[in-house]
Amino acid sequence: MIRKLVAAVALSAIGTISLADGHGGVKVGMITTLSGGGAGLGIDVRDGFMLAIAQSGNENIEVIIEDDQRKPDVAVQLADKLIQSEKVDVLTGIIWSNLAMAVVPGAVAQDKFYLSPNAGPSALAGRGCHPNYFNVAWQNDNLHEAAGAYANTAGYSNSFILAPNYPAGQDALTGYKRLYEGELAGELFTELGQTDYASEIAQIRASGADSVFFFLPGGMGISFLKQYADSGVDIPVVGPAFSFDQGILQAVGDAAVGVVNTSQWNKDLDNPANVAFVESFQAEYGRLPSLYASQGFDTANLLLSAMETADINDQDAFRAALQAANFQSTRGDFAFGPNNHPIQNIYVREVIKEGDIYTNKIIGTALESHGDAYAAECSF
Amino acid sequence: MSLILLAEQVLNGLQLGVMLFLMAAGLTLVFGVMGLINLAHGSLFMVGAFAAAAVAGATGSFLLALAAALAAAAAAGALVELLIIRRLYDRDHLDQVLATFALILIFSEGTRWVFGSFPLYLSIPEYLSGPITLPGGIQYPLYRLTLIAVGLLIAVGLFLLISRTRLGIQIRAGENDREMIAALGVDISKLYTIVFALGAALAGLAGALVGAIQSVQVGMGEPVLILAFVVIVIGGIGSIKGALIGSILVGLTDTLAGVLLPLLFSQFMSTSAAASTGSALASMLIYILMAVVLIMKPTGLFGARA
Repeated sequence: MIRKLVAAVALSAIGTISLADGHGGVKVGMITTLSGGGAGLGIDVRDGFMLAIAQSGNENIEVIIEDDQRKPDVAVQLADKLIQSEKVDVLTGIIWSNLAMAVVPGAVAQDKFYLSPNAGPSALAGRGCHPNYFNVAWQNDNLHEAAGAYANTAGYSNSFILAPNYPAGQDALTGYKRLYEGELAGELFTELGQTDYASEIAQIRASGADSVFFFLPGGMGISFLKQYADSGVDIPVVGPAFSFDQGILQAVGDAAVGVVNTSQWNKDLDNPANVAFVESFQAEYGRLPSLYASQGFDTANLLLSAMETADINDQDAFRAALQAANFQSTRGDFAFGPNNHPIQNIYVREVIKEGDIYTNKIIGTALESHGDAYAAECSF
Repeated sequence: MSLILLAEQVLNGLQLGVMLFLMAAGLTLVFGVMGLINLAHGSLFMVGAFAAAAVAGATGSFLLALAAALAAAAAAGALVELLIIRRLYDRDHLDQVLATFALILIFSEGTRWVFGSFPLYLSIPEYLSGPITLPGGIQYPLYRLTLIAVGLLIAVGLFLLISRTRLGIQIRAGENDREMIAALGVDISKLYTIVFALGAALAGLAGALVGAIQSVQVGMGEPVLILAFVVIVIGGIGSIKGALIGSILVGLTDTLAGVLLPLLFSQFMSTSAAASTGSALASMLIYILMAVVLIMKPTGLFGARA
């Protein structure tokens, strides 16, 4: 009953930004998480995306924004609605890998383009790849591979690793182990959305590990870090940027300072596109952008760049234009690999306190021009 | 696995259990006395956490924050009872579910409207932070021990309230026969408001206490609400004692299964597969527990009626 109700609520559009739908116009359906636990991520992606659209002044693009509430069934219904009744050309916006797995294969099979601003499950990068599916953020394993590479250089040889039990969590631990050369003191899967980590922390304490790697995005990371800091365990922590992004650092506070994390983007990356992005995002929304915002921004700019050289109705030309990635990324150098996933640098960042604001600064590069491990399995 | 680790996990299970009890107590009272299914109980948990975070941010005092959580949740509870819930007592359970589900959406979006979508900061006070060493060499966070103590104290207080005070007599009488105590001259509508506000205050307190070690964010109440419903079904609807026993059972099952099952599976599987299968099965186990209890005792462990 509740399920039906939720679906009914979700079906009413959250917001529609309507512009001209003329010749060569592109209609974009954005399905993202705007309410409930993971809303901060979706809001950042949406805000970054819409900022790029607004800055382009391009009036041939119409964006329909829907809220998936982090529920796969809701996302699937929204996708059906956007494809069948709204007749969108491009879908984008999904944050969570389990939702992406539910929506993307169906959407690309109906000849729609899907541009992922976040989720990059391994199943869609390897054998399940599709020429119409482009990931503008990363393949899920990437930041974790970088964390594993960093652990080697930091001299860690006995890591305790944990992640939630869902596709991106499994990719995370696989990714960390791919480049990490040491031993594992323990390996744990937590529940998605879990809020209490006392039991995991007790196991970390008892394990004799010399480092902890964790992937707990959003609120899960806040809970874990607060409880870890209070537990008195002082084993150094490494993680991907998701638990240390701008949106949640303020809620973690001092417990995060000094923690090393890996990211493909940071606000202090020195390239003109990024400097302009950080400044304009702050001016527009009154807060610092997160990596999710940068991904949304890059996704929109990729789409805009393709619209400049190709007509969406000529799918082959449009696909080639997307594949060329001829846009100024906030990450600097950006290119697509053979499976339409990024080839990019991944940096090591450290959490610092800047005045009253907790944020990150780049302290090194973990991996240069890094692709993903699944590209070889993909053949279009 | 060492005994120290096991003891620590038992404490963790206990702590989860007593926090669940604070949620379940209000839920079971409201269901028992008024026959109302209140899905919005988790929203009151969230209201408590947000009120605490806001007051702690403004004043820096954790005690004031707790007081604010109690007051805000009780006030929100009383208000909701007076304006909306009151009209639902005579309705079908389906109508109650529908209306209180609407309340969840209103509370969530209202909170987002006031506080924004990003999690708030609420932290443990200095004097309760850090671990202490228990007999046997167990390092355990002081704050979690405090949570166990506070939860158990409230359980004792509630038990006394129900068994020893005039209000308690009225509540028990209300559970047995609503019409009769109204006929005997008890102001039933006032009693309902008080019971609802009391349940809300407990949920708000739980939200504030737990919020300090978790993430204070919109929607934080719903996962706890589901567990709280499992608890009152196991414990028997309307029974405070059942809520306490049920909470601790669920807390211990959830925590210990999460630790022991992966360990068990790793005897005959690879570590990764064991971690993944074990944790998947562990998250199912409380529902399996609920099913078993319902098969053995359809009214729950301490439930008087179906």
